[in-house]
Amino acid sequence: MDLKEKLISSFFAFEEQIDLENDIHQLRNNAIKFFEDKGFPTKKEEAWKYTSLKSILKDDYSIFPKKEETIDYRDIKKYCIHEIDTYQIVFVDGIYASHLSNTTHDKFDACLMSSALNNPKYKSIIDRYFNKIAPEESLTALNTAFSKEGAFIRVPKSVAAEKPVQILHFSTGNESALMLQPRNLIVVEENAQVQIIERHQSLTANAVLTNSVTEIFVEKNAILDYYKIQNDKISSSLIDHTHVKQASNSHCSVHTFSLGGKLTRNNLNFYQHGEHINSTLNGVTILEGKQHVDHNTLVHHTQPNCESHQDYKGVFSDRSTGVFNGKVLVDKIAQKTDAFQSNNNILLDDKASINSKPQLEIFADDVKCSHGCTIGQLDNEALYYLRSRGIPLKEAKALLMFAFANKVLTGVRIPEIKQRITEQIALKIGVHLGFDL
Amino acid sequence: MAYTEEELEKDLQTKEYEYGFYTDIESDTFPVGLNEDIVRAISKKKEEPEWMTDWRLEAFRNWLKMEEPNWANVHYKKPDYQNISYYSAPNKKPKYESLDEVDPELLDTFKKLGISLDEQKKLAGVAMDVVVDSVSVATSFKSTLAKKGIIFCSISEAIQKHPELVKKYIGSVVPKSDNFFAALNSAVFSDGSFCYIPKGVRCPMELSTYFRINQAGTGQFERTLLIADEDSYVSYLEGCTAPMRDENQLHAAVVELIALDGAEIKYSTVQNWFPGDKEGKGGVFNFVTKRGICEKNAKISWTQVETGSAVTWKYPSCILKGDNSTGEFYSIALTNNFQQADTGTKMIHLGKNTKSTIISKGISAGNSQNSYRGLVQINSRADNARNFSQCDSLLMGNKCGAHTFPYIEAKNKTAQIEHEATTSKIGEDQIFYCNQRGIDEEKAIALIVNGFSKEVLNKLPMEFAVEAQKLLEISLEGSVG
Repeated sequence: MDLKEKLISSFFAFEEQIDLENDIHQLRNNAIKFFEDKGFPTKKEEAWKYTSLKSILKDDYSIFPKKEETIDYRDIKKYCIHEIDTYQIVFVDGIYASHLSNTTHDKFDACLMSSALNNPKYKSIIDRYFNKIAPEESLTALNTAFSKEGAFIRVPKSVAAEKPVQILHFSTGNESALMLQPRNLIVVEENAQVQIIERHQSLTANAVLTNSVTEIFVEKNAILDYYKIQNDKISSSLIDHTHVKQASNSHCSVHTFSLGGKLTRNNLNFYQHGEHINSTLNGVTILEGKQHVDHNTLVHHTQPNCESHQDYKGVFSDRSTGVFNGKVLVDKIAQKTDAFQSNNNILLDDKASINSKPQLEIFADDVKCSHGCTIGQLDNEALYYLRSRGIPLKEAKALLMFAFANKVLTGVRIPEIKQRITEQIALKIGVHLGFDL
Repeated sequence: MAYTEEELEKDLQTKEYEYGFYTDIESDTFPVGLNEDIVRAISKKKEEPEWMTDWRLEAFRNWLKMEEPNWANVHYKKPDYQNISYYSAPNKKPKYESLDEVDPELLDTFKKLGISLDEQKKLAGVAMDVVVDSVSVATSFKSTLAKKGIIFCSISEAIQKHPELVKKYIGSVVPKSDNFFAALNSAVFSDGSFCYIPKGVRCPMELSTYFRINQAGTGQFERTLLIADEDSYVSYLEGCTAPMRDENQLHAAVVELIALDGAEIKYSTVQNWFPGDKEGKGGVFNFVTKRGICEKNAKISWTQVETGSAVTWKYPSCILKGDNSTGEFYSIALTNNFQQADTGTKMIHLGKNTKSTIISKGISAGNSQNSYRGLVQINSRADNARNFSQCDSLLMGNKCGAHTFPYIEAKNKTAQIEHEATTSKIGEDQIFYCNQRGIDEEKAIALIVNGFSKEVLNKLPMEFAVEAQKLLEISLEGSVG
């Protein structure tokens, strides 16, 4: 039985676990039908031209983990940003782990999707926001069909979250192969502000496939910083869909650090509904081995006077492959749009490859839109300069790579994350630099 | 190749010029529809050898299995391929008896472009009685070429007289089942140009379909095959700046360029077919497959100015097969009213130290849609490949659209690729500056557009560049605001 059939038949089992009276169950029903109709995307589809799911769909994933595994904080500490005080929403094999978590309902809500879906208190919010911007697409539909658990974060009007929220997903390897489908909803209301860190981590070498959907609403004047840390084991794959809808004068930035995992696909879509919106999409990708990362972004400018900045840097060695597929869409009325898109890549090995497709679709005339894409190598003269001053080749290369990625790292507002990413990059290259960026 | 330069020269000397070749054919049109019999009949009409007929039939069979592509960013009502007549001999009867009968708007355009009276007549389809003059020009032109051993004739003539060259190269760059339109063209191509430049010869003049007397207008399914032998050079001009009021709605041409070791081909196109009226009715569908292959140290340079056609679907490409070969693509695509253009290039780097440059300028006005779609592919063995791409779009008004779809694929660590694209509009301050100096708005826009397209216009042969510049002005008339 292939994965598609298995998922469809599991849906009946899934229906037994949930409250069928809930309004959103109709959504689930429609979604599973949509998925049944469309199936998994193939390379024939333009959006999946450079990424094949074949290799990760052949594992026999279990859809529902059989038993709960308890893990200790010691096991996961190194994967958390533990240096600073944060709220934590931790999932183990897709199930909420209360003893590892630190949620709140105090000034704002940082809790579980399941409680938001079932608690009448949140009904108006769910009705207003749930599944409103996730597009009709087979994998998103699949997630919607099985949507049950995930993080729910709601920051009410004029509240600035006093500390960041970490959303952590761990898989224990209890099952030989596990498929996870977390569903997150994040609502940042007027004048509110919050920082969120998301991480998916496998604790063993067993296969994990995560198909995650996050819907984010940033209302008027609100500010959201979102950090995705992707440094998973080589047996784990992640297909992430993040959809952001922004209202007037809001700021939203999403930073994606792709440093590991077998196959990572990041669908990141921004929809701007209002004026004077600022959207930032940054990414650092450093790959080796046979890893594959695909960044698929969309910024849709629908109103005048907005900005968007995309900056994706990639370093590819061994047989790794990278894909950047960015699209900027500017509607007729979105005059005075300032959209910038940049994708820079460094290829370190002959077997590594990069496919880049930065696209602009522009229907308004008074706009400033540009994109740039480069593929190249480390500058030999710069390397020579460093080596002539006594810096060994490996360190010299590392220095240049840090310099290359630094522009994106400077946009990170939580110093501990910057520190963590810098360390991880240094570890990957196998150098000790002895300085902080 | 067994065919040497001397032999060629001998061939050419003994050859009779058959300018009347077409007049033998009665003005007849085949019944509408397409089947194997029609393909055979076309081949027979052209007195083609059997291998050519078989080649066409094979292409036709492939075509039947193919689907019309719909990935391009253009929308049009798909033509009914069974409702087209696939062969129509040039009409002997002139459309008009004198210039007075010709649409004054058309004549006005000719005047602005600075086209001579005789040429005006020819282009508008007026009966020509002063043909003698241009025949003599063409004859002296032909003899100059013949002296150098250059073959320049229609492709039907080449199939008859130089079958070994045609057989060897036709379909070698654009295979007969390459794509839907190329397959259709391979099955039913009516005519086109053939050109062979022998080893080490530098073609002394710009070759142009202009001068070919037996070429009556542009065929619906044109096929061009251009071979530059080792270390030769040729500059080829296609099309003309004058508006072509063509009856045929569908044009599916194929152009194949072969640049052997050390050869250089410069191929310039100006396309100004009927773009449809201001409401977007009518107009030509231009679905062209153009591709060139570069052997060692060879160079192919495409330059195009696209201002006509209702729908354009065109990607002149270079396969950089040989080491140290170079591909260039310079393009201006201007769309106005309801025109749609999806154009760009493909640069396939296979050899070592290959270089490519892409400069694309898109100008959209009115309700038009203008897309750049390009591919830069560096294959794993193409060490030290280098590409530079620049795509600039200029938008006039907010009813039009400009789109950029670049595909960049690198599989070699020594590749150096740079791509940049910008979208902008004509600055109010720029226009204001011109106004201050007594230049009215329309002229100011023409000036700015010319500046914007200068990099590409400069690549055109001189006379063409002047005409193309005027053409841009004319095409933008009335789009101010």
